[in-house]
Amino acid sequence: MPEQTPDEVISAGGAGAGMDLAIEEGETLEKTPGGPEGTGPAEKPRSLWSDAWRDLRRNPVFIISALIILFLVIISIWPSLITNQDPLNCDLGKAQESSQPGHPFGFDGQGCDVYTRTVYGARASVTVGVCATLGVSLLGGILGGFAGFFGGWWDSILSRLTDVFFGIPVVLGGLVFLSVVPGSTVWPVIGFIVLLGWPQIARIARGSVITAKQNDYVQAARALGASNSRIMLRHIAPNAVAPVIVVATIALGTYISLEATLSFLGVGLKPPAVSWGIDISAAANYIRNAPHMLLWPAGALAVTVLAFIMLGDAVRDALDPKLR
Amino acid sequence: MADIDKEPVDATPNVTEVETVDAATEAEAVAAIEAPVAQGEPILQVRNLVKHFPLTQGILFKKQVGAVKAVDGISFDLYQGETLGIVGESGCGKSTVAKLLMTLERATAGEVFYKGQDITKLSGRALKAVRRNIQMVFQDPYTSLNPRMTVGDIIGETFEIHPEVAPKGDRRRKVQDLLDVVGLNPEYINRYPHQFSGGQRQRIGIARGLALNPEIIICDEPVSALDVSVQAQVINLMEKLQDEFNLSYIFIAHDLSIVRHISDRVGVMYLGKMAEIGTDTQIYDHPTHPYTQALLSAVPVPDPDARERRERIILSGDVPSPANPPSGCRFRTRCWKAEDKCATEMPLLAIPERFKSSDTPAAHESACHFAEEKDVVGAA
Repeated sequence: MPEQTPDEVISAGGAGAGMDLAIEEGETLEKTPGGPEGTGPAEKPRSLWSDAWRDLRRNPVFIISALIILFLVIISIWPSLITNQDPLNCDLGKAQESSQPGHPFGFDGQGCDVYTRTVYGARASVTVGVCATLGVSLLGGILGGFAGFFGGWWDSILSRLTDVFFGIPVVLGGLVFLSVVPGSTVWPVIGFIVLLGWPQIARIARGSVITAKQNDYVQAARALGASNSRIMLRHIAPNAVAPVIVVATIALGTYISLEATLSFLGVGLKPPAVSWGIDISAAANYIRNAPHMLLWPAGALAVTVLAFIMLGDAVRDALDPKLR
Repeated sequence: MADIDKEPVDATPNVTEVETVDAATEAEAVAAIEAPVAQGEPILQVRNLVKHFPLTQGILFKKQVGAVKAVDGISFDLYQGETLGIVGESGCGKSTVAKLLMTLERATAGEVFYKGQDITKLSGRALKAVRRNIQMVFQDPYTSLNPRMTVGDIIGETFEIHPEVAPKGDRRRKVQDLLDVVGLNPEYINRYPHQFSGGQRQRIGIARGLALNPEIIICDEPVSALDVSVQAQVINLMEKLQDEFNLSYIFIAHDLSIVRHISDRVGVMYLGKMAEIGTDTQIYDHPTHPYTQALLSAVPVPDPDARERRERIILSGDVPSPANPPSGCRFRTRCWKAEDKCATEMPLLAIPERFKSSDTPAAHESACHFAEEKDVVGAA
């Protein structure tokens, strides 16, 4: 390939029938407005993710929700950091008593410390939220991605299957599934959410893979002789993953509230497990006599769900190139 | 798809016989593909190329109810070092031809011979060798570059797929050379596509096409998404690169002026068929097919006096559906010369009888029963 300076590149053009194609000698493209804010050539490469991260760091919604989530994750791993009591060590004599020194949130119907139970309840919610979201994203993302990429029979079967799953009412399905599957831990609940949640992600993944697949750069890679795996991993996956991440982050909040709903109904986690849903269920009958029993776990649940949904919203804004 | 055989697909009787190379093994096929071709010899020969897209009904149990005849039996030769322009209005099958030549779509019937090898039937190593030598520049510079990859990765990926072209340590420098060749600052190697303007992006697309040192570049409307001034830059760059690297171009466009500017020969397509093919002077100054004449009469004329003098041919009606094309001549539904013969007999792409013995520029291949010259541009 011979050496060439950019100034030699454009020679004066001739004239076509009815249109003058002549342009000035040496009108090189360095002069045309290119990168935003006059970025220098020595600057570090910027990707979508680094751009998104820069946006997020400046977004107060993201900072607040990230701090709440960080706090929740820490106390669900080490609840003893902020409480030194046992959530199962209860004294019936103190049942329904309101706050007193050492017990800021008061006591519940069994005489357990509401503050400690609220702190320990975060673990179930965070575990269900994170594990269910991971499971749903992996299963739905892979199934939907393959269906979108290969199309044909595989795609038809998967699309009809998602229709079937969308037809199942969540709470009714949960009641049936969890009364059949034994166990009072978080795992049957996570299994149920993954089973019912994957079609949502699969549809999003399928759609965004189909959109990405039609882009000319995929054709260009094919024209170069790229293999299917290279096209999928280097060209389609990076361009199709953003909507999946956004939907998964928002869904995480709804999975936490679904766990609480199922526990409230008595089929999710069961005592002696500690969960906000169980506490809300137990406190619901005493709302007029002892509202604190209900308000603290319900408030914690609301703040947690809100934090995850706000995070998802901020991530969506940061990943949307149309807003940039 | 069965009705392909009913029509006389062999609509180009006077194209030259293809000298095929019989390669028993893949290695022989690769060797044939790697062999050089002399200037002025045919490098790509298309024979009766057909692409029908099936129309299906039903969600689970699909049954075919028809076919969109996007390309319906076209034949042409591309010679080493020349530019063949292909023009025609939207939906006439130009882009499908490009995809067929790139084997991005598999042809329904017909052959594409590259150095005597039918590339529509190749696979594996031989197909990869063909892809090294036939590259493409895409229409839309905004969608033809992966927004998640840097310019260096986009161009450098060609060397990852074809590692024999550049040794590993040498690739970054080669990418910078390519950026330099297409007139971009080599230091932009770490930038992302969204940091460039449309014209710059198209240059990146051209650099990617050039990376493997191909012999043929298929340009599918490479400038229609660009501003007029930037179009000129890109066209001039492409002409310069053609001289420098001895490239053959197939240049697909709907802008007649640009095609005339860059092409040595021009083919006019209508509804999946070639209407007329010849050198640029033959097509632009001596068109014999009514469709070409109508197209040319629509080209804007900058001179007001010439504009007054020239005759404007305004076609009535729309392009018929390619799923249900008219019988006989495809153009007869909009042609002012159409007679009964046009509905029953498909005109073949051949030099018209009346011009056959003369050596006027009108003596070029034209698929019309009533081919005659008509000065539409008002140049004479």
